[in-house]
Amino acid sequence: MNDYIFEFPKTWQFDIGTSIDDSVKLFSRNHQAVLNGIKSNVIEVIQGIDWVLTHIPWIILILIIVYLGYKASKKIAVGLSYGVMLFLVGTFGLWNHMLETLSLVIAAVFISLVIGFPVGILIAMSKRANRIIRPILDLMQTMPTFVYLVPAVVLFSVGTMPALLATTIYAIVPMIRMTSHGIVHVDKEVYEAALAFGSTKMQTLIKVQIPQAVSTIMTGVNQTIMMAMSMVVTSAIIGAQGLGLEILVATNRVEMGKALLPGISIVIIAIILDRLTQGLVNKNEVSE
Amino acid sequence: MDNTIIEASHVSKLYGLNKKDAIKLMNEGLEKNEVYKKTGVTVALWDVSFKVKQGEIFAIIGLSGSGKSTLVRCFNQLLKPSSGKILYKGKEIEKFNKKELLEFRRNKISMVFQNFGLMSHKNVIDNVAYGLEVRGMNKEERQKKASEMTSLVGLEGWEYKPISSLSGGMNQRVGLARALANDPEILLMDEPFSALDPLVRKDMQFELLSLQRKLEKTVIFITHDINEAFKLGDTVAIMRDGKIIQIDTPENMSTNPADDYVRKFIDSADKTKVLSVKNIMITPSCLVRENDSVKIAIREMQHNSVSSAYAVDSKMRYKGIVTIDDAINANKENTKVSDLIKKGPITANEDTHISDILPIAAETKYPIAITDEEGILKGIVTKTSVLSSLVE
Repeated sequence: MNDYIFEFPKTWQFDIGTSIDDSVKLFSRNHQAVLNGIKSNVIEVIQGIDWVLTHIPWIILILIIVYLGYKASKKIAVGLSYGVMLFLVGTFGLWNHMLETLSLVIAAVFISLVIGFPVGILIAMSKRANRIIRPILDLMQTMPTFVYLVPAVVLFSVGTMPALLATTIYAIVPMIRMTSHGIVHVDKEVYEAALAFGSTKMQTLIKVQIPQAVSTIMTGVNQTIMMAMSMVVTSAIIGAQGLGLEILVATNRVEMGKALLPGISIVIIAIILDRLTQGLVNKNEVSE
Repeated sequence: MDNTIIEASHVSKLYGLNKKDAIKLMNEGLEKNEVYKKTGVTVALWDVSFKVKQGEIFAIIGLSGSGKSTLVRCFNQLLKPSSGKILYKGKEIEKFNKKELLEFRRNKISMVFQNFGLMSHKNVIDNVAYGLEVRGMNKEERQKKASEMTSLVGLEGWEYKPISSLSGGMNQRVGLARALANDPEILLMDEPFSALDPLVRKDMQFELLSLQRKLEKTVIFITHDINEAFKLGDTVAIMRDGKIIQIDTPENMSTNPADDYVRKFIDSADKTKVLSVKNIMITPSCLVRENDSVKIAIREMQHNSVSSAYAVDSKMRYKGIVTIDDAINANKENTKVSDLIKKGPITANEDTHISDILPIAAETKYPIAITDEEGILKGIVTKTSVLSSLVE
């Protein structure tokens, strides 16, 4: 009797995990051709981005960042400090690794924006879509990232593709949420005014709701970039190239110094990307 | 002739799930609060009926939560009544299809909001032109019309300024211009001046009255301020707990309030504002007789340090005014005052409603002469006294 009170009954326990494994594997086997097709296309795109980045002379890239930093903050000192930080990454010998990381981030952010923006609008406009999609978003955000690294690997094997998938899943959420939030929270009277003057739903969306939500949406873009940046490192364990891989290798060999330098580089890139996109958000707020 | 332009007929609006029970309880005569306690249904409007005549200002007054904002939104279908009808020239607007509703909103009815409802990403002129833009008017044409409207509300020179650079009063002028740009028949105004500070509010009330007299729009005006309602409304409806308690002219309402609630409401208003110009008229400081010589008139005006004098005949009948410039130019021995009299400012009867002379007072250079039925000068009303009567 005691067995049934203090221990969960053995007969009521099922091995669901194995069957999920099996079905994912089965799916992967049965759709090998499609998955490989997606994979090779996406990898080509990422390699394309990487190709462009590696063909920009390093000094030009630094100058571009200096200029953008100056534009975003209106202070030349700020722009210069970004340039110096980027130069530092070069002196660490990590320039090419940085570019690899950046191309993955750019690809993930691009996909997040392209999918996240319309989905955000959809859940802002439709209550039903909201009811269905919101729990999925919660799931994507709270599920420990390692859990979906595995199916990504099963579907696409190790490499850049599963890393991109995992990064996008993780980074797309703030884009969707902020887009929807921005549109839903447009001032009620402004929204009513749009309707009262005879706007169609589409006119209301394009002429009023989206422009009014721009600064919130830009915050979403900023968040998405930051999340992609952080995930890119984690995704090194499933084969993403770049700074994350350097950290992973050094950590495995217990080489503290070698792990620190790419770590610092990631922080530098994150800071620069954050400040540049923040500058964009602020600019939008000022012009309002 | 029936000149009703828009009409509410037994309009009710309930929020909640158990509407059937709530309706039953309301029919049994329970109060809104009790119905909410028993059924969880909020009764925002209950059996509201009234007609609005073409060209009048119909003021609806009530405390917050009385349902007035809900009511006004039923007229352009921002909210749909749970039951009852809104009739525009006899047509039921709930039965409009999508296209008809868009047309109705684009051409017939427009709205001014309490917190302006302006679009911060557009500048002044693009805000004013918004209704024209969604209507599909081309850019050149709508900008032309919008700049006309912008000037009409006194914002010339601000066309290309961002909304954020405007003060509260100017914001609402933009709101008003936007509403007028569509050239609607009906203006819905949802507490348009409540967010403004008192002095600006007086200006705007005045502006609205003169515009309304000029353009002859039908206005449904929501307010919680009884003074505002009495000042602006040709007809005033008092609402409480989603029901209309009394509909009447300001004068009738103040003399025959329907119940204690209305009486209390009215007691908070200053009655002189509802009444006639008698209350604000003053004795003219400078009178001349039409047979006086110009020299006397000049001396009289200089003595009182004014630039014009009121000319009367021997029986104190008002003849017109004489200005100091004319008098000095014509200063010859044999010129008489009667030669210089200008027909001058419009006269008004001493029983005229103050709000009726507002537009005249705004435009005239001279104080308005007040006469009785026989044309005998009783006093004058200056621009200052008209305007200051608006200030509590």
